[in-house]
Amino acid sequence: MARRRIGATLLLAPAGLWLLAMLVLPLVVVLVFSFGERGPAGGYAPAFTLANFLNLGSRGAAFRNTLVLAPLGTLACLLIAYPLAYVLAMRVGERWRTVLLVLVIVPFWTSILIRTYAWIFLLGGQGIPKLLGWLGLGQPMLINTPFSVLVGIVYGYLPLMVFPIYVSLERLDKRLLEAADDLGAPPWRSFWQITLPLSLPGVATGCLLVFILLMGEFLIPAMLGGGKVFFVGNALVDLFLQSRNWAFGSAVAMALVVVMLVTVTVYMRLMRRWGGGRDDVALM
Amino acid sequence: MRLFALAVYLFLYVPIAVIAVFAFNGGRSATQLQGFSVQWFGRALSNPFVVDAFRTSLTVALASATLATVFGTMAALVLPQARPRLRAAFDALIYVAVMVPGIVIGIATLIALVTVFGWVNPVLAAVWPGEAPPQLGLGYGSLIAAHGLFALALVVLLVRARVAGMDRSLVEASADLGATPWGTFRQVTLPQIFPGILAGFLLAFTFSFDDFIIAFFVAGPQTTLPIYVFSSIRRGVTPEINAIGAMVLAASLTLLVVAQLLLRRGTSRARG
Repeated sequence: MARRRIGATLLLAPAGLWLLAMLVLPLVVVLVFSFGERGPAGGYAPAFTLANFLNLGSRGAAFRNTLVLAPLGTLACLLIAYPLAYVLAMRVGERWRTVLLVLVIVPFWTSILIRTYAWIFLLGGQGIPKLLGWLGLGQPMLINTPFSVLVGIVYGYLPLMVFPIYVSLERLDKRLLEAADDLGAPPWRSFWQITLPLSLPGVATGCLLVFILLMGEFLIPAMLGGGKVFFVGNALVDLFLQSRNWAFGSAVAMALVVVMLVTVTVYMRLMRRWGGGRDDVALM
Repeated sequence: MRLFALAVYLFLYVPIAVIAVFAFNGGRSATQLQGFSVQWFGRALSNPFVVDAFRTSLTVALASATLATVFGTMAALVLPQARPRLRAAFDALIYVAVMVPGIVIGIATLIALVTVFGWVNPVLAAVWPGEAPPQLGLGYGSLIAAHGLFALALVVLLVRARVAGMDRSLVEASADLGATPWGTFRQVTLPQIFPGILAGFLLAFTFSFDDFIIAFFVAGPQTTLPIYVFSSIRRGVTPEINAIGAMVLAASLTLLVVAQLLLRRGTSRARG
């Protein structure tokens, strides 16, 4: 037994050391730096001050945008993903189901950079606005607005929302729906009282996944927001690569992680309560 | 309902199709079609910056996915037997690695490595016997290590799910029948967990190949393909970017199809 344990520890060692060197050490450095000062030529100078945290308000717009657009984007994904997952799980025959599901997932595993680039194209002056103008609907400014960022978000993260909802709808015991039908319940009622509640775990998982990724988003607002719609991620890139203020940047990064952890924890608590104390709710 | 589903599929695939169509544009404009040609593919493939960036991305993705797959599989295999406290700590770190946004990982890695190199390089210079002491810096090493972190977490999660679903009695039977631990691993354990390992490798590879934000911070003097594409877009939209995009999309689609086929074969073989 002792020998097996030593063997086990040895096999764990490379992965463990990797996690320590590339995850724990960097996060500790961010924590330490967030209490420091900006060096004279940028970077970091040792200090112990709360000034960086007190100064967070100067990046308030980035936090506000993120905390408004991340939930809004999650909601938009949900509103489109749910009906799609419903059709796939309930209304499509076995043969086509897998193919159609794979078609939803595939874009997620291709470059998000290139897929977002497609929307610069489509929403830019020569794309959809021109088409609308040609149809006599005026030429609205679409790119570099909160709307274009939302479109990019939905386009980027829709697959991630569809999949868990589909799984929970597919697992649903179809006999319950037949029973409801036999007992004379109208379709909307069996949807409201059976399908929807039983698919909530999938909804909760999808929302959590999308929300977590959106909180740290940089690319979509950078490409479709044109500097007018920026997230905390964009502020971070600016602080580290442009103004080189590592201390303040670290404080912003810490704040982002804390805000994220708090929202996710509160969210999971709420979901668990609504789910009637069921443990599988909101688990990945 | 079906109409809605159709609309969503159009929404998902029309932008991809538009990129592909404009990659074959005959003219110089990125937004107006002027005849058909493959010149932009030729231009992209003969652009030394593109070829260089592609080579860097490929090297980093292969190296980080391979290392992460080997170390991650080792860890996933022994985690069930590890001390409970060690296991809990390990699980917590994997969870953190998946949860923390890529941008924070990128920043944290950048400042940690620059700080550590700032301490180590003078020491190296002092103790180095030769004329030119090596200078540690950002580049391939930091790219592989940072991409490998997320890849490692991915592999551990996927392979562990397989290990948990494995039939333990087969391993015991093999040991009782006198097989060496290595023999048992090769002939009993590996075929059962292989689909998980393969899926882990491919997802790790795709992640690294597509990642922009972590590479953006830790690449140092290197340029990966996503970094090249991002900075080109900043300079203006050209059909060349469409050609690169079309090729990247085609490559990842091929990889996904191959993965699906291999996975299906792996599963049927594991079932015997």
